[in-house]
Amino acid sequence: MRLVEPEGFGANGVGGGDGDERLLELSMGPQHPSTHGVFRMNVVLDGETVVRLQPVFGYLHRNHEKIAESQSYLASIPYTDRLDYFCSLSNNWAYVRAVETLAGIPVPERAEYIRVILAELTRLQNHTVFLGFLLGDMGGWGTALMYAFRQREEILDLFEALTGSRMMCNYMRFGGCRCELPSGWMEQARAVVAGYPAFLDEMEQLLVENEILVARTQGVGVVSAEKAVNAGLTGPILRAAGVDYDIRKVDRYGIYDRFSYRVPLGEHGDTYDRMMIRLLEMRESLKILQQAMADLPEGPILHSDVQVRNLCPPEGEAYCRVEAPKGELGFYLISDNTARPYRYRIRPPSLINLTLLEEMSLGMKIADVMVILGSIDIVLGEVDR
Amino acid sequence: MKLLKHIRFLPGSGILKGMLVTARNLIGSYYDPRRLRTVRYPEERLPLPENSRSVPFLVYDGDDAETGLRCVACHICETECPARAIHIVNACDKRGKVLKRPHRFEIDISACMGCQICSEVCPFDAIMMDNAYNHAAFERFDSLTLTRERLAKPNAYFHRIKPTEAAEIDSRLAADRSRMEERRRKKEAANATHNESAR
Repeated sequence: MRLVEPEGFGANGVGGGDGDERLLELSMGPQHPSTHGVFRMNVVLDGETVVRLQPVFGYLHRNHEKIAESQSYLASIPYTDRLDYFCSLSNNWAYVRAVETLAGIPVPERAEYIRVILAELTRLQNHTVFLGFLLGDMGGWGTALMYAFRQREEILDLFEALTGSRMMCNYMRFGGCRCELPSGWMEQARAVVAGYPAFLDEMEQLLVENEILVARTQGVGVVSAEKAVNAGLTGPILRAAGVDYDIRKVDRYGIYDRFSYRVPLGEHGDTYDRMMIRLLEMRESLKILQQAMADLPEGPILHSDVQVRNLCPPEGEAYCRVEAPKGELGFYLISDNTARPYRYRIRPPSLINLTLLEEMSLGMKIADVMVILGSIDIVLGEVDR
Repeated sequence: MKLLKHIRFLPGSGILKGMLVTARNLIGSYYDPRRLRTVRYPEERLPLPENSRSVPFLVYDGDDAETGLRCVACHICETECPARAIHIVNACDKRGKVLKRPHRFEIDISACMGCQICSEVCPFDAIMMDNAYNHAAFERFDSLTLTRERLAKPNAYFHRIKPTEAAEIDSRLAADRSRMEERRRKKEAANATHNESAR
């Protein structure tokens, strides 16, 4: 923390220079509980109002891209779990799809359905946790977060029963999925999906009309649609600004064109809209889940002639993206026909959504910055890689 | 629900509605297991799902952990391990000939991320995922480096923690063995007839 002389103040006598007009530079993080991990920002404050904000990240940088270039294609799958560690299955899917495109590996239909089911379950639990943490950022620490975690635990139980791990799933493989659903899994999953609307109703009753929450979020951190598009924002934060852009609808990757669901859009682009978009998206995810679970075909789960070890895709490049819960997650791979990718690059939604943090925060109070940061929904594992 | 509609236009009604939710959860936590999902951990533990995984272990058949080890020290898991947490040294006989079994087999569980790629690529079903999760130790190096002696666990243990997978693997191994036996018998029979005709 230090006091800084603002430009044009003091020296020319505008402010008088007795100390009251001086700005306060505050370093928030990297251990701040509201910065969602090891994120730091240098905030310059005039009283309580933010006049400058400089994000500082890289505390969790682990050289993921370079490590991936030095090992086999298979060995990178568990590393992708650790990007956005709330949504390991979406990350798996994006990476696996990139390699499948590169090597031209077909995916059996049953595996596609299971991927959709898992990706939507991931979206559900990510948005659930998001709601809990957003309340925590506003000072309602504990109650909503615990409700959210309790509900998410049901989905994590499903993940653990299927993949062996609650968060580091490492489940998808080139040409399908790793193992068949254990007996009873589908019934358990149906029960979780059937019980979810009750939780969403309760969450809505808890949050949507709460006067304090409305006062803290409406008109806070507004992003216009134009600016959101120019900055390359994706995911719920872009749709909250009113831009109809959902990669599930735009690319129709996998088998998403077989399901009927809608893409909720906001109109104000503020924090409240971002919260509501997530609530509505969860309801749409439940629709997709119900359809996918009803149509799940029998058949093989893994394409039979895929080489697991020493996969050498033909020379070429591929970029594949999926609608991860936080936005567009893309993997760009270049193969030089060896067992290791020549170039491995990730387009992380968290990092790019974070770039507008200063724009959103200028003129807001310091307490609002935490809410705005929470509403962007970042995970530092993905921001820093 | 009717009551909720009436209080809708009062100032502070949103907070009141939220308080109703918290009250429902408070009271519900006494009788509804869906509202209270936690257990008192060290005394009470939830059963693990069969697929649950932590760190790998080596399976051995029979009673002898030395000779019954399925591992043939082929180094595939060592090369495929994304975290490079496995270290294998082959055993040698007295004349220095490299044998197909591990002399040292070490897994550094402080580096292991439990991704199970080792057990996935193992052609001999020798390395499997354990589900024991208490690995805390007061010392960083030796206690967290699992040696062959600590890694070797009987097939019966594997059957106990993952019955479905173990039964599947056992039947596959038995089928492989009977196929090998068949092939060997055919070859012997062919040799015998060949020798006969040669005579």
